[in-house]
Amino acid sequence: MRPGDALFRVIVTAFAALIPLILLALLAFLVHDSWPALRFNGIEFFTRNAWNLGNQYGNPVTVRGEQVMPGASFAILFLIVGTLASSLIALLLAVPLGVGAAVFLAEAVPPRIRTYASLLVELLASVPSVVFGLWGYVVLIPFLSRHVYPHMARWLGFIPFFGPPSGSGYGLLTAGIVLALMCVPLIAANLREAIENTPQELREAGLAVGATRFEVVRKIVLPRLRLPLIGVSTLALGRALGETMAVLMISGNALNILPQNIYSPISTMASFMVSQLDSALQDPTNMAIYGIAEIGLALLLLSLLVNALARLLVPRSLSA
Amino acid sequence: MNAGAATPTQDRGRQRRRALSSMLGWIASGLAFVLLAFALLDILHTVFVRGFAALNLQLFLTPTSGIAGGLLNAIEGSALITFGALLLAVPIGVLGGIYVSEFGREYFARAVRFIADVLVGVPSIVFGLFGYLTMVTALGWHFSLAAGCITLAMMIAPYILRTTELALRGVSGELREAGYALGASQANLVLRVLLRECAPRVLTGILLAMAISMGETAPLIYTVNWSNYYWNGHLTHESVAYLTYVIWSFINEPFSSAHALAYAAALLITLFVLLITLLARLSLSRLEVRRSS
Repeated sequence: MRPGDALFRVIVTAFAALIPLILLALLAFLVHDSWPALRFNGIEFFTRNAWNLGNQYGNPVTVRGEQVMPGASFAILFLIVGTLASSLIALLLAVPLGVGAAVFLAEAVPPRIRTYASLLVELLASVPSVVFGLWGYVVLIPFLSRHVYPHMARWLGFIPFFGPPSGSGYGLLTAGIVLALMCVPLIAANLREAIENTPQELREAGLAVGATRFEVVRKIVLPRLRLPLIGVSTLALGRALGETMAVLMISGNALNILPQNIYSPISTMASFMVSQLDSALQDPTNMAIYGIAEIGLALLLLSLLVNALARLLVPRSLSA
Repeated sequence: MNAGAATPTQDRGRQRRRALSSMLGWIASGLAFVLLAFALLDILHTVFVRGFAALNLQLFLTPTSGIAGGLLNAIEGSALITFGALLLAVPIGVLGGIYVSEFGREYFARAVRFIADVLVGVPSIVFGLFGYLTMVTALGWHFSLAAGCITLAMMIAPYILRTTELALRGVSGELREAGYALGASQANLVLRVLLRECAPRVLTGILLAMAISMGETAPLIYTVNWSNYYWNGHLTHESVAYLTYVIWSFINEPFSSAHALAYAAALLITLFVLLITLLARLSLSRLEVRRSS
């Protein structure tokens, strides 16, 4: 190897090595800073609904070897439920919408205008989270709470969790709808590309035995794409789990309560981390910040798990 | 299925049912598309109509004061934060991308690629928390421009690495072979030939990363916070303003002047992000058409 090439190699390797270092740093510092909270909260962190900073005017007491304010407790079951429920609703809405839009774009739209028609769906991915939140706040919530949720509660009340009260519009279903819009482009774009790349012979074979064009898509093209679809949906789930600003602005920011129905206010782990920052900074023992760090650590591990799983399912696609 | 057993009438009935269900299938998929397109257009409509109504010259000439005033400090801050984040992330992403693409068969390269993919999916708020715990408090920088830039850089560097890698891999093998056959060193080949060949696609990745950092809010709340003033030149110990904060914070105020600022900020951010994304996507698709023809 020439000396110039050896140097080149060392330099690019060194820069690439910063990427694993970022991951190590995230893990190391989040574990380090949530350690006091891990010791103080124990396993109850995940099993109870009790986020309470304690009496901020009292004197700190020592519990399980950690300094906390009197009466403080940190447990986030309601955040776990809110995060998982809103993300699952988002996925239930986004997968059929994404598949439908991908089929339409790849099979029904002429190639000449396909690039532009696809933008109408795929540009949803580039709208900033906080703008989704703004739209949800000023347009979607007034519309849903006046014209949709009351009717859903009346007519769909026989389905569990769909009955009244239909709430203020801030809540689980609204968060799920907006999250679905945010992660649907990922599904639609990847699936559209995969449909376009399906070998032409397969379609022709289907048409030759007398299938309609839609039957070719439904029974030949889509079944081959089941695994990529699962992979990209997992990726979308990862997105929904960690979405912060939009959820913060439309979810109602529930504290210590579990949702009673799909209209109830919720909080997610990510949104709670922002909504609680100011009050956590007031805690003189810092235990509230350690508690937030523990939420962050849990969210990091959850997203690593979901994204690693997605990568193993779709080894060669970029989450654009 | 034995077609011979069916009478012509039954056959025609089944044909009609299949044609009908196919028609319904197309309608359903078309509706999915229309619904999503409508959502996008309604978001843009809301932001553009209310944003343009709130625009005036003062926004671009004065800083915010409380929940009124202009947006110049926020525009300046958004530009600074994005520029700083790109300044740090582009070298890491591009050089790292070269490594992953050119030494891709090594175990370490595959590990880097996998980790970069996983990091792209880590919620931005987690990066923000990391920035808060390390730079804002442990290093004592307080809420500051530097903390925000480094946090965003950590977020977008893995993204730039992956887009650069894919761009380099898209360069035809013949170009590499021709280069080596002429006796070019690897460093020369990559930097002078391959990177130039795929520069538009590398640039596209960088532009999209720029759009991502421009639209971020949550990690900045944790690392930069907010300031009503212009940047005073300090990298640490001084927070700056940025547009996305205005949207989130001012829309919750009960005054229409605050709402106007929020809509104006939303218009500026959305317009900017959308233009970058369109530029990146359309130039890329034009490029691909040219290549394939």
